[in-house]
Amino acid sequence: MTERLWGGVIILACITLRPFAETDPVVHILVQLPVLAIAGYVLSPRKVVRPATAIALTVVAVTATAFWMLPRSIDLAVANGWADAVKFVTVPVCIGMALSMAWPNLPDLVRPFLKAQVLSMLGVLGFVYLHAPIRICNAYLQSDQERLGFGFLFVAGFLALLWIYPVFSGGAFRAPARNDVRLPI
Amino acid sequence: MKAVTVLPVLAALMGGGLLFQATDGFRAVTTEGARRIDVAENPTLVPDIVLEGMDGKTVSLRPIRHETVLVEFIYTSCPVVCQEAAVDFARIRDSLTEARANVRLISVSFDPVQDTPGAMSEYGAYHGADGTVWTVARPDRGDLDRLLNRFGITVIPDEWFGYQHNAAIHLVDGAGRLAAIYDTDAVKQVIDKVLQPDD
Repeated sequence: MTERLWGGVIILACITLRPFAETDPVVHILVQLPVLAIAGYVLSPRKVVRPATAIALTVVAVTATAFWMLPRSIDLAVANGWADAVKFVTVPVCIGMALSMAWPNLPDLVRPFLKAQVLSMLGVLGFVYLHAPIRICNAYLQSDQERLGFGFLFVAGFLALLWIYPVFSGGAFRAPARNDVRLPI
Repeated sequence: MKAVTVLPVLAALMGGGLLFQATDGFRAVTTEGARRIDVAENPTLVPDIVLEGMDGKTVSLRPIRHETVLVEFIYTSCPVVCQEAAVDFARIRDSLTEARANVRLISVSFDPVQDTPGAMSEYGAYHGADGTVWTVARPDRGDLDRLLNRFGITVIPDEWFGYQHNAAIHLVDGAGRLAAIYDTDAVKQVIDKVLQPDD
């Protein structure tokens, strides 16, 4: 019950802080979106699902992530309150909640595959945002775009360290418990 | 097909369909790209707005004698982008004048408060816009939002008391429809389109 309460508090805080968060693309994309996804994780019923359902949920999460990765979706969220409302629902539900149920039930090969995808995609985004000769988002300044590019690279580096650490600490060699529900990072 | 594989395949198909829709068929990931596709596929009339020109004369946004109107949005105190765009705009004017094309060029200020007729004249004189083929003009303050919305221009203040905006050359055809949008340095493409509108 307290977890549900916290999930609600996080989402309410995101809604309240929306005008501040969305003036800066680094906060909007690298803080608000992940926090909304975490709220979905906290609110998730975290039911055990079959592998096929887990794959389907992962596809939903990947689709939602790809959608909110489109610069035009972000522009729309800044310009239009309804689009932003859609974001406040779909990021927690389709990314945080879906992934929290899918992750522990995914085939073993899929998890590292997804992690590798996340790292390479963040790297590509970082490169694009640092080197694009045009403004990618109408809602944000060129200088913001470059800061966001560095932000993507920083997050990619951080996640790479986080995910490679178990290999050196020996943690990677323990068989993960089935249905062991943890934050998927 | 096994029942267990239906769900993931269904999710993938729906996800792919959604992303296809959201990107105009994987053609536009940015708002600016989407705007250009939309304009090229669905040309619609520009608002019937009368602008104030450099010398205080009225300037029609819509064509008067079925001429093509090239529009770019600027603010005269712009340090870099608009000035570079103005150099290319001058080249377009020169080529089209030489080709005797039925065309007008307007640099429209989206900062009508700062850009007085005097400031616009100064900007025009600097870039060689003399008001015959190419003029600098500003909308009435009450028309500004409608104008920017219709053209899909987003203007945001930058950190140097200026603005950043999606810079482009907008082609209004002889019938008064916004029909194409080009990069400000796409000089040849704009000239070709004006001279051969049906290509």
